[in-house]
Amino acid sequence: MADRPVQVSALALSGLIMTLVLGTALALFAQAKGLSLRPADWSAIRFTVLQALLSTGFSCLLAIPVARALIRRRFPGRAALIVLMGAPFLLPVIVAVLGLLSLYGRNGVLNLALQAVGLPAVSVYGLKGVVLAHVFFNLPLATRMLLNGWQAIPAERFRLAQTLGLPSPFRHVEWPMLRAVLPGAALAIFLVCLTSFVVALTLGGGPRATTLELAIYQALRFDFDPGRAALLAAVQFALCILAVALAARVTLPMGLGAGQDRALAVPAPRGWRRLADALVIGLAALFLMLPLAFILIDGLPGLARLGPTVWQAALRSVWMAAISASLAVSAALMLTLAAATGARRLIEVAAMLPMATSGLVLGTGLFLLLRGFARPEALALPVTIGVNALMALPFLFRLLLPEVRILQADYDRLAQAVGLKGWARLRWLTLPRLARPLGLGAGLAAALAMGDLGVIALFAGDGQATLPLMVQRLAGAYRMEEASAAALLLVGLSFALFALCDLGGRRAAP
Amino acid sequence: MLAFAVSVPARRNLESVMKVFHLALAFLSLAPMAMADTPVLNVLTYDSFAADWGPGPAIAKGFEAECACKVNYITAGDGAAVLSRLKMEGKGSDADVVLGLDTTLTEAARATGLFAPLAAIAPNDLPVPYTDANFEPFDWGWFAFVYDKTKLSNPPKSFKELAASNLKVVIEDPRSSTPGLGLVMWVKAAYGDQSGQVWKDFAHNILTVTPSWDAAYGLFLKGEADMVLSYTTSPAYHLIAEKDDTKAAAPFSEGHYMQVEVAGKLASSKNQALADQFLAYLAGDAAQAVIPTTNWMYPAKTPAAGLPAGFETLIKPMKSLLYSPAEAEAARQAAVEEWQTALSR
Amino acid sequence: MLHLDHVTLEQGSFRLTANWAIEKGTRLALLGGSGAGKSSLLMALAGFLPLQSGRILWAGQDISGLEPAARPVSILFQDQNLFPHLTLVQNLGLALNPRLRLTDVDRSRIEAVLDRLGLSGLGPRKPADLSGGQQGRAALGRVLLQSREVLLLDEPFAALGPALKTDLLALVAELASASGTTVVMVTHDPADARRFADQVVLVHDGLTEPPAATAALFADPPEALRAYLGS
Repeated sequence: MADRPVQVSALALSGLIMTLVLGTALALFAQAKGLSLRPADWSAIRFTVLQALLSTGFSCLLAIPVARALIRRRFPGRAALIVLMGAPFLLPVIVAVLGLLSLYGRNGVLNLALQAVGLPAVSVYGLKGVVLAHVFFNLPLATRMLLNGWQAIPAERFRLAQTLGLPSPFRHVEWPMLRAVLPGAALAIFLVCLTSFVVALTLGGGPRATTLELAIYQALRFDFDPGRAALLAAVQFALCILAVALAARVTLPMGLGAGQDRALAVPAPRGWRRLADALVIGLAALFLMLPLAFILIDGLPGLARLGPTVWQAALRSVWMAAISASLAVSAALMLTLAAATGARRLIEVAAMLPMATSGLVLGTGLFLLLRGFARPEALALPVTIGVNALMALPFLFRLLLPEVRILQADYDRLAQAVGLKGWARLRWLTLPRLARPLGLGAGLAAALAMGDLGVIALFAGDGQATLPLMVQRLAGAYRMEEASAAALLLVGLSFALFALCDLGGRRAAP
Repeated sequence: MLAFAVSVPARRNLESVMKVFHLALAFLSLAPMAMADTPVLNVLTYDSFAADWGPGPAIAKGFEAECACKVNYITAGDGAAVLSRLKMEGKGSDADVVLGLDTTLTEAARATGLFAPLAAIAPNDLPVPYTDANFEPFDWGWFAFVYDKTKLSNPPKSFKELAASNLKVVIEDPRSSTPGLGLVMWVKAAYGDQSGQVWKDFAHNILTVTPSWDAAYGLFLKGEADMVLSYTTSPAYHLIAEKDDTKAAAPFSEGHYMQVEVAGKLASSKNQALADQFLAYLAGDAAQAVIPTTNWMYPAKTPAAGLPAGFETLIKPMKSLLYSPAEAEAARQAAVEEWQTALSR
Repeated sequence: MLHLDHVTLEQGSFRLTANWAIEKGTRLALLGGSGAGKSSLLMALAGFLPLQSGRILWAGQDISGLEPAARPVSILFQDQNLFPHLTLVQNLGLALNPRLRLTDVDRSRIEAVLDRLGLSGLGPRKPADLSGGQQGRAALGRVLLQSREVLLLDEPFAALGPALKTDLLALVAELASASGTTVVMVTHDPADARRFADQVVLVHDGLTEPPAATAALFADPPEALRAYLGS
C-alpha cells in the first residue's frame, strides 16, 4: 500500500489534470455553433489511425532485435550509443524532417547514390515517408523502454534458463518481460503518432495525409470554429481511451520476481548470432545517427552568426525546461506510486489524457479560460511550463509504472515490515531503486519541453520567445542558415539536458 | 464530475495552494502596469513583423520618437493566428492596432465588428485600385513560383506549362498558411470554373504540401523541389542579403495573385488618437522605406527615395489578380474544398 | 500469550480457520503441505493479510487492526529480506530508525550484532557481495535489532541447503531462548519442526489443529500427520 497522503494527492492531481484537459476542451465547446463531422473528417480519422498503427507496429517490432542486441553485447562506445539513441525523439519535428530528407529526399544521399549506379529514384513522400519519420522518432523510445525492461529481469532468471538447458531464454524469461513492457511502449508511441501533424503533412505529400490534429488546427485557424476543434479533439480523446483500454487488457504482470542487483548477464550467443547482432546495431545506429549528422552539418556554418536574442531565448528555454521536467517527474512518480496500488483506472486515464489532447486545444482553451485573469503575456511562461510538464506526464507515467509495480511487488512487504514509510521510504527505497527510469524520464521531459512549440506561440509576447519559437521566426524570415544553426543549438541543448539527467539517473542507480 | 473525499488537512493544503496561485496571478497581471506613465500603444501583429530583423523595431523606434509613447508588440504566429487571437479576445483585447492581416482574412476580421473606421485614407501605389474603410494596406506582394536559375534554365510560363512538365513543386496548405490560401485564390481567380480541372492536372507536380511557408521554402532551398510557392520579391532577399543571384520567380501568363497586408484600429482601443497617429506613420515615407528589406515585400506607397537597389531585377507581372475581401471570403471555403478533393485522388 | 480467537482467512475459494493460543516464549512450527495455507496464516499474523473474521491477541491486546510495523512482530521472508541497494549497516539500521538517521549508539549496536553473527567488518558491503549464508545471518541481524516479542519465519533459509539451514535455525533458537522471544515458523519439513519447535500446529484442509507438544506429536502421529508424513 502506498501511503495515504500519496493516494489523496494523486487523486487530487488526477482530478486537476482531468479538469484541465477536459475543461479546456469544454471552453471550446462553449463557443460551438452546431456540430457534425464532415466526410473529410472521416478520412482524416482513417488516415490518422492507419499511420499511427503502422508507425507503432514498425517501431515496436524493430525495437525488439535492437534492444536485445544492445543488452547482450559489450563494445566500445556502447553507453554513448545508447544515450545518443535518445536524440531523435527529442528533435523538433521540422528539424528532424529536414534531416531525414538530407538522406531520403529527392536530392538526398540515398537517391544520389541510386542515380550514380543508374537505379531509379525512390520517393519518400506519402504514407511510407510518414511512417519512416515516425519510426525514426519512436524507435529510440521503444528501444529505451525495452532496454529498461531487460535490465529489470533479474540475472538469476537467465541463469535458471541456462541451468535448465533451454535453447534460448526468449520464451520463458524475455517474452514475459516483453508482454509486460511492450503494450505500454506501443501505447505511448501510438498516442504520439495519433497527434502527429507536421510530419504527416510535410512528408504525406498532400491533403490525403490529413490527420485529426491538422483538422483541429485548420478549425482553429482560418475557420475559427472552436466548437469543431473541440469535437475533433473529442474524437482524439475517444481513440486515446480506446487505446489505453486495449493496452491495459493485453499487459500482463511480469512476475519474474526480484533479484540481487547482480551485474546483468544476458547470455550472448556466439557464432552467426554475434554477426547478426552487430548488423542490427550497426543498421540502427546508421538509421538514427545519419540524419543527426546532417543536422549538424547544416547547422554549424551559421552558429557564429546567432544574435544575442537567440542566446537569451536559449537560456530561457533551458530554465523553463528544467522546471517543467521537475514538475513532470514529481507528478508522474506520485501518480505511479498511487496507481500501482490504489484507484488504478482513474489515475491511469488521467495520466494518459494529456497525450490525446491536442496542444492547440489545450492552449486555446487555457487562453479562453485565463484571459479574464491576466494578460496572456504575463502568463506565457508559467502556462508554458505547466503545459509542457503536463504533455510529458504520459511518457513518464508509462516509463515508471512497470518499474513501480516491480518495486512494490518485490519490496513493499519488507518496507512495511521494517516500518519504512513517508519521506524515509521515498529517500531510502523509492528514489534509489527508481533512479534509472526517473533520470531517463526527467531527461525526456526536459528535452520535450525544450523542443515544444505549441503553447508558447499562442501566449508569448515580445521578448519572451523560446528557442523553438526563435527557430521558426528565423526560418519565417528567409534566414534558413541561422534557423538551422539555432535548430542545432536547440538539439544540442535538449540533448545535453537529456544526457545529464539520464546519466545522472544511471549513476545514482544501485 | 469527479467525486472523492479530500481529508481536512489536504483541503487546507489545497486552499493555501489556491491562495498562492491567485496571488501569483495578481502579481503577474500587475507587473506590466508598473510603467503606465507614458501611454503604451499595443500592436497585435505576427511574429516575423516584430522580430529583430523584421520591420517592427525600426518602425516602433521611429514612431516613439514623435509620439512620446511606447509601442508594445503583441505577437501571434502569422496573419491567421493574429485573427484567431483577436476573435478569442473579442472586445477585451488589449490591442489598439491590429497589423498583418491579408485580404483573404479582412472580411472575416470586419465581420467581428471589432474594427473602427480609419481616420484617414492614405494614398497607395498598389498595382490595382485598393481602398477599404477599415483597413490600411502597408505592404503587398505577388505570389509566384520561385526556382533556382542554375538548375532550371527553362521555367514554365503558366500553370498549364507547369502541369505539362515533370517539375516538382512544394506548396503550402491553404488550411494552415496564408500563402497556401493565396495559391488557391490565384488558381480560382485565373481559371474560375475551370480551377478544379487545373488542380487535377497540376496534382502530379506537387511533391508535398507543408503546413507553413518556412517549411516549404526550407525544402526548396534544400534542393527537394524544383520550385516553391513564394513571392516575386523572394529573390531580392537572396540578392541583397546574401549576394546570391541564382534565385528567380517565374512569370505566369495567367497573371499573379496578390497578397495585400493591412492594418486596422480596434474600436475598443482607449488610445484612438494614438492609434490614428500610428497608422498615419505606418503609411508615411519613413515606415514604408523600412518595409522592402525587412519584410521583403513591396511597400504600399513607394518611398521618395525609391526601392532599394536589387528590386529592379525582380519580375513585374503584366497582370495582377486580386479578389475584393468580400469576394475572397465568399470563395474561400469552396475553393479550399475543391483543392482538397482534387489533390486527394 | 499469542491468541488466535476464531480467526478466519479467505483468499478466493481458499478458506482457513484457527482458534488456539500459545504461551509467550514458545517456539511453534506451522507444519503443512504446499498450499495448505500456513504462509497465509503467517502473513495474517504479520499484518499483510486482513482477517475475514476473528481477532489476534497478544498479551490480551487486540493487534488485528495494526499496521505491520506497529505490531509486536518481526518477520523473515523466504527471500527479499534485505534491500539490495543498501549496505548491511543501512539494512540493519532501518530496524532502529527507518529514516536512517543513525546515532553513534545505533552504529555500535549494529556493529555488535554483526560481530555476534560472525559478520564483522562486512557492514559497508551490499547484499550481493555476500554469500547466501552471510545474507541469511544479516537478515537475522535485522530482526534481532527490531527486538520484537514475536518473530515470524516464513520457511527462512530454505534456499541455503540443509546444512546451512540447520545451523541458522539453531542460531535462531539460541537467540530466541536467550531473549524469551516467541517464534512462529512456517515449514513443510517435519525435520525442521522436530529440531526447532516446542510445539507444532498442523495445517491441512482449511483447518489448523490446536498446538501439540512436538515430541509427543511425532511419537504418536495423528491421522492427519501420518497422511502428511506419508508413512
